[in-house]
Amino acid sequence: MLELLQHEFVQNAFLAGTIVAVITAVMGYFVVLRAQAFAGEALADIGFAGATGAAVLGVSSLVGMFFLTLLAAMGMGVLGERVRGRDVEIGMVLSFALGLGVLFLTIYTQFGTNASEGVGVLFGSILSVTRSDVMITLASGVITLLLLAFLFRPLLFASIDPEVAQARGVPVRLLSIVFLMLLGVTTAETILVVGVLLVLALLIAPAATALHVTKRPLTSIGLSVALGLLFTWGGLILAFVGTGRHLPVSFYISALAGISYFASMIAARIRTPRRHRDLPHPCGEHVALPDRRSPVQSDV
Amino acid sequence: MFDILQYTFIQNALLAGSCVAVVAAVAGYFMIVRGLTFAGHALPNIGFAGAAGAVLLGIDPVIGLFVFTIVAAIGIGFLGERINERDTVVGIIMTIALGLGILFLSLYAGFAERVYSILFGQIVGISQADVLVTIISSTVTLAILLVLFRPLLFSSFDPEVAEARGIPVRLLAILFLVLIAITVSLAVQVVGALLVFTLLVGPAATAVRIVQRPLWAIIIAIVLGVSYTCLGIFLAAISVNWPVSFFIATISFGVYLPVRLLSPLWIGRRARQKVTSTQSGVFSSGQADEQSTSVETMGRIQGKSL
Repeated sequence: MLELLQHEFVQNAFLAGTIVAVITAVMGYFVVLRAQAFAGEALADIGFAGATGAAVLGVSSLVGMFFLTLLAAMGMGVLGERVRGRDVEIGMVLSFALGLGVLFLTIYTQFGTNASEGVGVLFGSILSVTRSDVMITLASGVITLLLLAFLFRPLLFASIDPEVAQARGVPVRLLSIVFLMLLGVTTAETILVVGVLLVLALLIAPAATALHVTKRPLTSIGLSVALGLLFTWGGLILAFVGTGRHLPVSFYISALAGISYFASMIAARIRTPRRHRDLPHPCGEHVALPDRRSPVQSDV
Repeated sequence: MFDILQYTFIQNALLAGSCVAVVAAVAGYFMIVRGLTFAGHALPNIGFAGAAGAVLLGIDPVIGLFVFTIVAAIGIGFLGERINERDTVVGIIMTIALGLGILFLSLYAGFAERVYSILFGQIVGISQADVLVTIISSTVTLAILLVLFRPLLFSSFDPEVAEARGIPVRLLAILFLVLIAITVSLAVQVVGALLVFTLLVGPAATAVRIVQRPLWAIIIAIVLGVSYTCLGIFLAAISVNWPVSFFIATISFGVYLPVRLLSPLWIGRRARQKVTSTQSGVFSSGQADEQSTSVETMGRIQGKSL
């Protein structure tokens, strides 16, 4: 096992995986709070169009992904003041991006090269991450985390109760746009590790699992980071050491993510709901609250 | 240029594509009204994983498609009751399915051509028998949707009042997801996993922005869906060999964008009326929300008079 670490591609895989796991876990906490899983998924598919487009143009796929996801995130942020409930708009952008991605993939395949590049983008290719990719991921990841730390309090406020935050003078809309752009950058990095189809495994699962266990923001984020690292390292180690056949890393990551999410969901349902009342935390309230669009209930 | 229409495979593609487009437009309308867009995107991907599994086992990919999408639809229906948690549940279920799909693909030693054709579609390679199967199964799905039309519409716009009136809202929600799963499984074979979502969301999203009344919106969605599909297939046939999905997605987005941006001109008045009549100005942004609140208030008045 330890000998494997001497190979550069293994080192790169672990480095990139670790960086991405930490950033997605922190970002994912806000994504789950703001119920923006679909936006994350859409940005991932837009990243697919970006990566295939970059392959056609012959530039680095990371550059293409950054470009298109940032553009789309800005568009989504400007188009809707609240992305929650904007599913249709996101869906339209997503379907257009998929169409573009398929076109780029077709053109790229026609040039005589095989489709493995595009398929690698879809399914992830952590083992072919280069040192320069690691450096770019590290730099953008540090910037993302610094911005998140800087924006932490207003962003948390705006995520938990946008109306009250707006009334208190928090620039909710600007925060929403900035957050979506950060999400765009994060998604592009995550595609490198797990591929377009499994971005949500790292973006949603750790944070959603953590939110089943604890409702305190900082504890949740800490737990989310720990889980994200567990999934990524677990996936890598299982893929290298594991069973006789060489199974893909992304499968192990998504399997670990899915198992832990459902385990925590069952545990949260079994556990007595009294704790929610003992700790009336706004963020816990919000997640547990049923949909508020029911004027009928208030009448009765 | 028009003589390509004489080829049987183009005719087959147009026929099967139109059938799928009609069913997808009707199902897509309800999908948008019920806020299930993400599920509509996830189910084709889940179906892809199922097809990969079936190919690995050496059985018909169609079986894998149906099994995976229907199981996932039931799972989403049961676990995703709360609006806030639904997206997360959909995302996780999709993640698990796709992880399995990747596993199946990597285990499958043979040539994965069949699996990729599921992902990207093979609308031009449809046989006469496929067309017949598509027509029959589309008709059946449409018939079920028509039977469920009124309760489904009621429970989509106002679940609380519908439940009070004795409509099995939860059962309907799960049943509708299963219907979407069947629609998706049908459509994936014809247009590919990546394009199904375009046919589901594109026509309906545009139609909902043009008119408010459900029946008219559905009719417009059907017309739009069929024209996108036929135009897309036609353009793909005369172009060198650019993919059908690209054309359909681009046409659908190209029609949607101006409609979406200009729609405040004709639906803005109603929105303002609604804001003055109800106090919930927060939800004034989305079309579906507008409809749901206005129908909600109607239902509320009815509910009180009962």
